[in-house]
Amino acid sequence: MHDMILEMLGRILIPATQLFGAYILFHGHLSPGGGFSGGTIIGASFIFYSLVYRFSDKKHRLKHETSLWFEVGGALIYVGSGLVGILFGRHFLTNQGVFPIGEPGRLWSSGMILLVTLGIGAKVAGTVFKLFQELLEGGAEPDGHH
Amino acid sequence: MLAAINLLLLLFLVVCAIVVARTKDLLSATIIFGAYSMVMSIIWQQLHSPDVAITEAAIGAGATSLLFLAAISRTGRHEE
Repeated sequence: MHDMILEMLGRILIPATQLFGAYILFHGHLSPGGGFSGGTIIGASFIFYSLVYRFSDKKHRLKHETSLWFEVGGALIYVGSGLVGILFGRHFLTNQGVFPIGEPGRLWSSGMILLVTLGIGAKVAGTVFKLFQELLEGGAEPDGHH
Repeated sequence: MLAAINLLLLLFLVVCAIVVARTKDLLSATIIFGAYSMVMSIIWQQLHSPDVAITEAAIGAGATSLLFLAAISRTGRHEE
């Protein structure tokens, strides 16, 4: 099945959604939003992508392992940036004194909060997409047909 | 003026919640639930919490509706 209206809409809306999600993700420490909201928006854009291109082509399908790697990688970034504090002899997730603090109000400021936000964003985007994937494709039917 | 708009939004919210519970067609209920979430996100914005508003719009109107749609496509559209 090939739906032209859906595909043209997706061609415009998917990049716009991802750009908006990335904006919210990267400005998490400056403006409203952050890891959870931005990650959900990016995950929703991946769901949209898989809904648009699911029927047209096999090679456009996103693999189950990809979303799993996003999940695991996000959690590892979070824990890893927390462990840096312990490595320097401070508490878990110590920010001040371990990471360079930039100017307030700039994008490159507030030490590791941006890094932690990116980790949470990857984790949440992977989880949202994985929920959808498992609900629609996983489980009951072994040949993946629906 | 603003209070009147807020009252209208809250009224719409209550009506949406009642209609979602009473609708037998699950696809319609999902779409009405999306409208409920959208209005709820506007109300969060009116309450000066834009962070929650963004999350509500993304989770409530976006992700939850899609998950419900996926569940309906795997099961049945009408309530027994």
